[in-house]
Amino acid sequence: MSIANLLQNWSRYRDTHPYGGAKPHMGYKWAMAIDMDICTGCNACTVACYAENNLAVVGKEKFLNGKSMHWIRIERYWHDEQDPTDPLQLAAYRASGAGKHFPDQGAHFLPIMCQHCEAAPCETVCPVGATNHTQDGINSQIYNRCVGSRYCNVNCPYKVRYFNWFNYQDPATENAWPEPLNQQLNPDVTVRSKGVMEKCTFCVQRLRAVMVDARTEERLVREGEVQTACQQACLAGAISFGNMLNPDSRVGKQWMEQGVNIALDVQVKNERVGDNTPKRGYRILENLRPYPSVMYLEQVRESAV
Amino acid sequence: MTIKIKDDKPFLRDTSKMLWDGEPAAAEVRDISPHVSFAQITSDVVNSLENPRPIYWWAIAICVFMIGVGVACEFYQYRTGLGVSNKSNTNVWGVYIASFVFWVGVSHAGTLLSALLHLTHSDWRKSVFRYAEAMTTFALMTAGLFVLVHLGRLWQVYYVMPYPNERGVWSNFQSPLVWDMFVIGAYLTCSSIFLYTGMIPDLAVFRDNIHDGWRKKLYTFLAMGWQGTDRHWRNFRVAYLTLSVYLIILAVSGHSVVSSDFAMSQQPGFHITSFPPYFVVGALYSGNAALITVFIILRFMFRYEQYLNMDVLRKLVRLTFALAMIWTYLHLIEMATVWYGHDTAARDQLYFKATGAYAGWWWLFNFLAIVCPWVMAFRRWQTNLPVQMVLSLLLNVGMWLERWMIIAPTLGHSHYPWTFDFDQWPSFVQWGILFGSFGWFSLLILIFCKVFPAVSMYELKELAYARKMEAHHAPVGEPATKGAH
Repeated sequence: MSIANLLQNWSRYRDTHPYGGAKPHMGYKWAMAIDMDICTGCNACTVACYAENNLAVVGKEKFLNGKSMHWIRIERYWHDEQDPTDPLQLAAYRASGAGKHFPDQGAHFLPIMCQHCEAAPCETVCPVGATNHTQDGINSQIYNRCVGSRYCNVNCPYKVRYFNWFNYQDPATENAWPEPLNQQLNPDVTVRSKGVMEKCTFCVQRLRAVMVDARTEERLVREGEVQTACQQACLAGAISFGNMLNPDSRVGKQWMEQGVNIALDVQVKNERVGDNTPKRGYRILENLRPYPSVMYLEQVRESAV
Repeated sequence: MTIKIKDDKPFLRDTSKMLWDGEPAAAEVRDISPHVSFAQITSDVVNSLENPRPIYWWAIAICVFMIGVGVACEFYQYRTGLGVSNKSNTNVWGVYIASFVFWVGVSHAGTLLSALLHLTHSDWRKSVFRYAEAMTTFALMTAGLFVLVHLGRLWQVYYVMPYPNERGVWSNFQSPLVWDMFVIGAYLTCSSIFLYTGMIPDLAVFRDNIHDGWRKKLYTFLAMGWQGTDRHWRNFRVAYLTLSVYLIILAVSGHSVVSSDFAMSQQPGFHITSFPPYFVVGALYSGNAALITVFIILRFMFRYEQYLNMDVLRKLVRLTFALAMIWTYLHLIEMATVWYGHDTAARDQLYFKATGAYAGWWWLFNFLAIVCPWVMAFRRWQTNLPVQMVLSLLLNVGMWLERWMIIAPTLGHSHYPWTFDFDQWPSFVQWGILFGSFGWFSLLILIFCKVFPAVSMYELKELAYARKMEAHHAPVGEPATKGAH
């Protein structure tokens, strides 16, 4: 933001809807869809993200203390408020005949990373403008601009921002990559320093590489040309990622199928007149209207059928 | 150094009795005894520079120790990383931001007394407003330290300021933290100027009564050639009035902006419309409680029994009680709005505060901040110094807990159940820095009172003159100063 921005463009900030209108996306709007019916909860995406993005491995103690750095995490939800590890509760539940339950049915799980909201709550509150929206629809994080006020995390409804509580850069400190493991760090990705916030970037280093190539050849990035690390590692193919503005892309089709009017970002879902196909798509905490860029397709459970 | 006026006042030798006695002739004294002479006021205040009670030096030593603890903790945190303060990715704020709000709050009472009550011609403020105004400045300085302590990369704090640079990168004016930076900066600047401006006539008195040493040089420089001519006084009055009006606006907007750090976010428990008035009144409340604490300490330490007297204390206590009641109302309103609102996340949040992991602290804060001030409603306790000392400290503990209860349970219990985190007890680093901040604030106050006039001489002289004239012109057979009005 500069003086010129303040004087000339102030009224243009979010005066129109994020998609379309006066805010062009340069032909790109990166988005994701995760089919929970396919997802097996195997955690391969999390591991792939650690490898790709140089995430610090903080160890069990710090992990339990809430200082973990997993940009994508698999959340487990048990069906009821009962303790699945308590055999008495489990036996009582089975005897009640209320349907299948853990371990008969298993847990619900949900991979969640930064949702790259089009109207991101984290962006407006950063005092130094370290987190911004790029024109291709990514919520970017500028590490060397971040001062570590952690306001973005406070305002993030998903709490998918992770703070560098310790120095994970210096091999001499605890929980940093010891020699020679620092040799395996991805050279395309910054190793973040102490006191900055970090989060999922939709593997922006991969995106930028293919976008530069495509621009050289004067075309847009084709579907399938780029994958995020989590998508690449997903053995079931539950994660689809791509340019939503490309009508041929898998993610664009999935979003369309769920009744999302992309131009207006209105999700009419099952209320659309003349369309009786059930819709599985939802976006987390949609009621807060941050317009997340990740669509989840609901899991169909045996007990629900 | 020589000080012209020697300690030859018999009433000072009787201070122990006056200190602990419930009401030393409060019925006859209204704001100040009409028998106090101008020379006595001058000599008492000038003497306060030289011979405080020995406990003063003990207090200085304790403050230095406290600062040492805080600095050691901060040094450790700076070297190792913010993780040593035991926060998590859910509870990213904590004691630091709670203490920041607390100290900004403490600063507000000074402005209330020195500026707002100046406009309403409340005479009783004249003996207390000077040190109250100093508390404003020092509390803001302490609050500023917490911003630095809180930042992940405090060496980059200047990014928050919109300085010209070749990259054309500015701070984000949408962020309430940037508003904070502006408003706290403006408030600190103006309150320092206001404090200094109000002191100029008194500094000239110091200059004229002290004959050599560094003090003479200091006061000569700071008095800026004040001669006390009509023209000086006229300009002084205009400047003081203008500044006081400006400062009131700054104080109200100041804590409103601090409250928008919370109210502007969409975190359930923060996103509450009534936060700005709630914060401003809470600030005045805790600040007044702190004023009472400092009142009692200064009264004893610098032998100000004649000026910081029981009648003034009674009025201060009544003011605090009134503010406590307004605050209680706004606190209940805040809960009622959440209760009747349709935001389930915010309502769950409220239930969690009352019944969840922090319930003990929440109820303790409610007891301390809502129930305890009722002691101040009873006339017999209003001027009981030990009671008021303990009470004012308890009220401030309650108000600190209030700020902490705004932050800790709220961040732990947000929109997203997976990230609920209830057991982030702040580590010794956070407590150590909080401990050190009290030492830093107290040290600044103690040094100020030893170097500058902690009570306003010229306003006390006005007051004493007014009371003397009232006594002189009172109808025969009727006591001129009949209790407080």
